[in-house]
Amino acid sequence: MPTAPIARPLHSSLVDHLQAGLEAPICLTWELTYACNLACTHCLSSSGRRDPRELSTAECEAVIDELQRHRIFYVNVGGGEPTVRPDFWRLLEYATAHDVGVKFSTNGSRITPQVAGQLAASTYVDVQISLDGADAAVNDAIRGAGSFDVALTAMRRLAEAGLRGFKISVVATRHNIPQLDAFKAIADRFGAQLRITRLRPSGRAVDVWEELHPTPGQQRTLYEWLLARGEVVLTGDSFFHLAGFGSGLPGLNLCGAGRVVCLIDPVGDVYACPFAIHDRFRAGSLRGDGGFIKVWRESELFRQLRAPQSGGACVQCSQFDACRGGCPAAKFFTGLPLDGPDPECVLGHGATALAARDAPQRPRPSQDHSHDRASTTSTLRRNRRPYRPCDNQLLAEPVDMSDVGRD
Amino acid sequence: MTVAVADPPGVAAFDLDRAWILSEGVSLRLERFGAIAYDFRTRRLVMLKDPGLADVVGSLAGYGSAREACAAVGSDARRLGNFSLALGSLARSGMIRLREPS
Repeated sequence: MPTAPIARPLHSSLVDHLQAGLEAPICLTWELTYACNLACTHCLSSSGRRDPRELSTAECEAVIDELQRHRIFYVNVGGGEPTVRPDFWRLLEYATAHDVGVKFSTNGSRITPQVAGQLAASTYVDVQISLDGADAAVNDAIRGAGSFDVALTAMRRLAEAGLRGFKISVVATRHNIPQLDAFKAIADRFGAQLRITRLRPSGRAVDVWEELHPTPGQQRTLYEWLLARGEVVLTGDSFFHLAGFGSGLPGLNLCGAGRVVCLIDPVGDVYACPFAIHDRFRAGSLRGDGGFIKVWRESELFRQLRAPQSGGACVQCSQFDACRGGCPAAKFFTGLPLDGPDPECVLGHGATALAARDAPQRPRPSQDHSHDRASTTSTLRRNRRPYRPCDNQLLAEPVDMSDVGRD
Repeated sequence: MTVAVADPPGVAAFDLDRAWILSEGVSLRLERFGAIAYDFRTRRLVMLKDPGLADVVGSLAGYGSAREACAAVGSDARRLGNFSLALGSLARSGMIRLREPS
């Protein structure tokens, strides 16, 4: 017999819960190595040389055990180029055998026909090939000579092996935004899914962001192009700063750093997100007592990130509820205050703030594994995706987790 | 020619009186707000925004019917209706399935 009305604090906003942090991340990025056979100019982890303190095979397997224990269903593996680790394929197998799904990002150089066949046979592994231009000229200017052909060869091998729906991951720049349709055509040709994410001024991109980031007009073009394609094109939930143009793109549309996502770097340091490899955003090391989960649950940095944010100058803005002030990493590495506007604020407040900043104030990356810092440099990476708020009373809308929170 | 795709058995109107279970390849993680269910086969994730619903879904395998699982966490008619809607949605997406051989 029904008694009193149910007084559970039921459906308080799910977004509030997510902002307050979860028992464990939904989506975790794990850079397995800083070693890389490319030297992309916009590398968000300044990769190149292997770090001698890199987690050993046994340590990596212990991390996977811990991820399994805490039901972290899925990790996005990157680097560096993760496949240059001699134990990469072994770790991949270990993860999938322990209920940890893997999506790994690669430049494609190690995707032999045999590897492609093995990947096509696995239901727990997703592959993401990086591409930053729809032709060799645009791509290779960022990723290095020959890298376009290497990536396309890998895509052809994956397609020939019968792998459908692998991801092609593009970081949007001033030079490739005119190629959006061409990228889509490449994806369609290989039965792949296109993924376009935001260029952040992180890692080596600190030095090239000014010249590579999209113009205000291109941001609008990109926004409308993505909006028209809905969930067909993935975005890693990375363009929530564009929500100020109107309706948000599919996805969470909030900064998940330390709340929903985080990063484990090759030496076991835990950062708030893949775009924030800097001491300011370092939460701790999983090599300490208590492992990863202790850092996730108890680090002071994460506690702060989960506390209600002031929003600072942006709170007065009519679009604050849409963009939530944008990306903290983008602000930090362009020398803007964390409670001010995003450098690419669609209303132009970021541009004003950039013009007013003291030039020498921009933080430098805390570490650098570039091959040769004196010559050019930077590499890159990519990221993940969304879910949307609500539907019926007790369930939130399903989300494609193959794309949340990676760079 | 169009082919009608039938819902799995018991799903059209969720059948509370049959025995259900979490599908193979689906994992459930409890959270303060309820739970997160992840389907490794489809890469889809669903948030269960109610701790009671999380308990029901997590314990389906231990009861002879979904109705009993709901009763065990305490549900009046209205709450049972909400549970039923949510379970129906989980069944349609394949996250839970009928337990008995069909």
